[in-house]
Amino acid sequence: MSAKILRATASELGERIARRELTAVEVTTAFLDQIERVDDDVKAFLHVDRAWSLDQARVVDARLDAGEKLGPLAGVPIAVKDIFCTQGVPTTCGSKILEGWLPPYNATVIDRVRNAGLVMIGKANMDEFAMGSSTENSAFQVTGNPWDLERIPGGSGGGSSAALASFQAPLALGTDTGGSIRQPAAVTATVGVKPTYGGTSRYGVIAMASSLDQPGPCARTVLDAALLHEVICGHDPMDSTSIDAPVPAVVDAARSGDVRGLRIGVVKELGGNGYAPGVEQRFREALDVLKAQGAEIVEVSCPHFKYGLGAYYLIMPSEVSSNLARFDAMRYGLRVGDDGVNTVEDVMRLTRGAGFGDEVKRRIIIGTYALSSGYYDAYYGSAQKVRRLIAEDFDAAFTQVDVLVSPSTPTTAFKQGERTADPLAMYMSDLCTIPSNMAGNASASFPCGLAPEDGLPVGFQVMAPVLADDRLYRVGAALERGLEASWGGSLLDQLADSDAGAYLGVRTDVATPPLAEPVEASDAREI
Amino acid sequence: MDELLDYDEAMALFDPVLGLEVHVELNTASKMFCGCANHFGAEPNSNTCPVCLGLPGALPAVNATAIESAIRIGLSLNCDIATWCRFARKNYFYPDMTKDFQTSQYDEPLCFEGHVDVEVDGRTFRIAVERAHMEEDAGKLVHAGASGRIHGADYSLVDYNRAGTPLIEIVTKPVRGTGSMAPQVAKAYVAALRDTMRALGVSDVKMEQGSLRCDANVSLMPKGSDVLGTRTETKNVNSLRSIEAALTYEIRRQAAILAGGGRVKQETRMWHEEGYTTAGRSKEEAEDYRYFPEPDLVPVAPSREWVEQLRSTLPENPAAKRVRLAAEWGMTEREFGDVLAADALDLIEATVAAGASPASARKWWLGELARVANAEGVELAAVGLTPAQVAEVQGLVDGGVVNDKLARQVIEGVLAGEGSPAEVVERRGLKVVSDDGALSAAVDAAIAADPDAAAKIRDGKVAAAGALIGSVMKAMRGQADAGRVRELILEKLS
Repeated sequence: MSAKILRATASELGERIARRELTAVEVTTAFLDQIERVDDDVKAFLHVDRAWSLDQARVVDARLDAGEKLGPLAGVPIAVKDIFCTQGVPTTCGSKILEGWLPPYNATVIDRVRNAGLVMIGKANMDEFAMGSSTENSAFQVTGNPWDLERIPGGSGGGSSAALASFQAPLALGTDTGGSIRQPAAVTATVGVKPTYGGTSRYGVIAMASSLDQPGPCARTVLDAALLHEVICGHDPMDSTSIDAPVPAVVDAARSGDVRGLRIGVVKELGGNGYAPGVEQRFREALDVLKAQGAEIVEVSCPHFKYGLGAYYLIMPSEVSSNLARFDAMRYGLRVGDDGVNTVEDVMRLTRGAGFGDEVKRRIIIGTYALSSGYYDAYYGSAQKVRRLIAEDFDAAFTQVDVLVSPSTPTTAFKQGERTADPLAMYMSDLCTIPSNMAGNASASFPCGLAPEDGLPVGFQVMAPVLADDRLYRVGAALERGLEASWGGSLLDQLADSDAGAYLGVRTDVATPPLAEPVEASDAREI
Repeated sequence: MDELLDYDEAMALFDPVLGLEVHVELNTASKMFCGCANHFGAEPNSNTCPVCLGLPGALPAVNATAIESAIRIGLSLNCDIATWCRFARKNYFYPDMTKDFQTSQYDEPLCFEGHVDVEVDGRTFRIAVERAHMEEDAGKLVHAGASGRIHGADYSLVDYNRAGTPLIEIVTKPVRGTGSMAPQVAKAYVAALRDTMRALGVSDVKMEQGSLRCDANVSLMPKGSDVLGTRTETKNVNSLRSIEAALTYEIRRQAAILAGGGRVKQETRMWHEEGYTTAGRSKEEAEDYRYFPEPDLVPVAPSREWVEQLRSTLPENPAAKRVRLAAEWGMTEREFGDVLAADALDLIEATVAAGASPASARKWWLGELARVANAEGVELAAVGLTPAQVAEVQGLVDGGVVNDKLARQVIEGVLAGEGSPAEVVERRGLKVVSDDGALSAAVDAAIAADPDAAAKIRDGKVAAAGALIGSVMKAMRGQADAGRVRELILEKLS
């Protein structure tokens, strides 16, 4: 029965827990066991603590047993990217410099997740300080892509995407600065949403680039992502950049999936040279699916998007160079060279030298340079102008269409080690996702098939105007419904039931696990 | 020791140019960017939270009261108030900075282009204010070991209670044309700022506690030149008197260097209360703070309606108020000058408001209470008697309940914590005896005891009454109205 729990969607699990057909402890136990079974291979998690998770689950069960009405995801386990501060629970941000640090407080998103009765099942691996597109920059371990463990699961949120795709968690939390939610989702056939900037609180999320960072939901289905979106989003006075406005009706949009009359703009500049043929093919097929459901497809030009990557790699490192200054060995984390002889500056220098990885150092150096007196206008200043132009491209486009679309990434998952020696090649992974971070609008990646040439997942990116996050879910749900009808199930179901996915141990011999069949509590305990 | 040129000689050769940077700690209930108490003197690191400790993930949120105070300060300094401005990050590594950047303002200050008029010896100087901007304070380092400085310390401790305290930094434009009065003008300017902040109620403005801090920049131009010289910035100037003394010292030191053909080094100087400055951190290599707009905060855009509403709440300008009070109180220039010098203006104003006459209020605050404050080594305002209590004491005198001498005992009792003035009179039994029966008996006894004096008075030598008054007062243990005693003596011996 455990396979059925693991294969079920978060909304199904939530419903069955609410009906008390399943307990939070049973569900949590099933996922903890799955982690034990497969995570030595996948390496999605940095920290798992059965007692911690089961304690949370017991509290939720007690509340539900007492008749308390919790949200639709109460009792459902969730993987948490290790960038979110969790009180008393190790939070490393993928870096040696924070190894062993126990935050004394919870991120706002963590408080919301807990209040909604979700059960945190572990802290997920990530590129160090969220810098990377492959999770290879983690100071602790390299995570495999469940579709092919020798390939990358995307980054920086590769631990979250891999946990979803290997059925170690039905939901995950991510953060997206230049594509760290959407690119991992694309290469693992999962759903990843970057809400409108300011839609989710950044309080307690270890900052990479403050003006770009945005926490968001990661899931295996569009509805699950929407349910989590509703839990974590909303105004937070602790984050000055948080928007004081109602959360868009994302769950309604995910349930409707109505795209009739919706005008969809294909971004001309995000395609062509440099895009894998299989990526383009699946993208075009997805457009046909949307068109068949009544959407209108037009081509739109966003002429400044091509400067996005260059401007991003000035603004982001500039903020990085300042945000990461606080890791100075004085108050928490690693301390190197405190021998009573070294000066305080020596200790800071030695600690930062030992505690930060190469990519982090590279970005601190670039950012320090870009902000330096005499260079500021040429670099940081110009990049901000480009940022403005990109936002204006979006504004102009959204007068013609309701949403913009593109492939989420130019290629499918590459092999581990393939781009580690070539930072520029690595940076290209975020070509399509960066514009939405620069402009602050909502954006998401949805699975749209497997590339014929390598059989690996392709992501379909949808971009919506600021605070029109619901449109992402409308399009995503239409896509999911249309594509899964032709596939006979989700892509992850195909992986789970294939020989390649046999190591996951979640075969059910049926394409879609039945909903109505009750799971015996005793069966669940056998796991 | 530095070589110094005689001040008059220095002034014959050079014109000083001043630049003053004043930091004012706001007395808001909470800190600039978090909800921690903004309180002086608490247990180290007790007023801290993830935000002011700069923990990973923590974010600032602006204290609206601090913005309001900043705008009111700006308006009081005749500044323009920005319609839109941002915070900026000033990046540098130091253990007292929890984030290793200071959240400050850079090229978009909230308040700019103002001025303050100060008067010195009857001359008015207009000090142009370049800007008044908001920023946060750093924590406090305590270095253990012989040196007392971070280098060579055995270890250092950091108290982050002060980290995140709201500060307003007020920067002047270069101040020229003050000539030999430069140090006095600087002192008068800081005093004017202090009075303004106090009138606004936005800060404790205690220089010795650091809630008002002044960095005094000065450079010298050869007479007749208009090329600015190299400046020094003197820190650790912790009183109004020190501002004047430190600038005088720096002017004499720089003049000696320049007159000897040397060049002044651009550097920070530390003022020592013993009367000299020493070299601090060299500023020859300008630090690159890599300022950029603070991405964690939204821009500050005060509406014009709000600014005008705040303008309407501004208190009377302290200089104008002085002119008004001097006239209302009918004091001579000298008497009023003493009031200002004693820092007693507000206290006397409050005492008058509580019912005392200006002359009597002045008498108590500049007399008995100044003596007590001096003996205790505290400021007049902290002497332990409120203006209302002073007015009450004077009321007892005016009502004939006590005389001046007894009133001093009343004050002593109030200071000793024996209760209100009326309670002290009651408990100590200090009431003047106005019962003529008792007084009359005491007078008769005194006359009988000193027939010589009585004879002299009968002969018209009225001055001899003093001896008899003295013995009556002694017999009455001071609790008699001396005037009435004198009347009785003269009556009986006429």
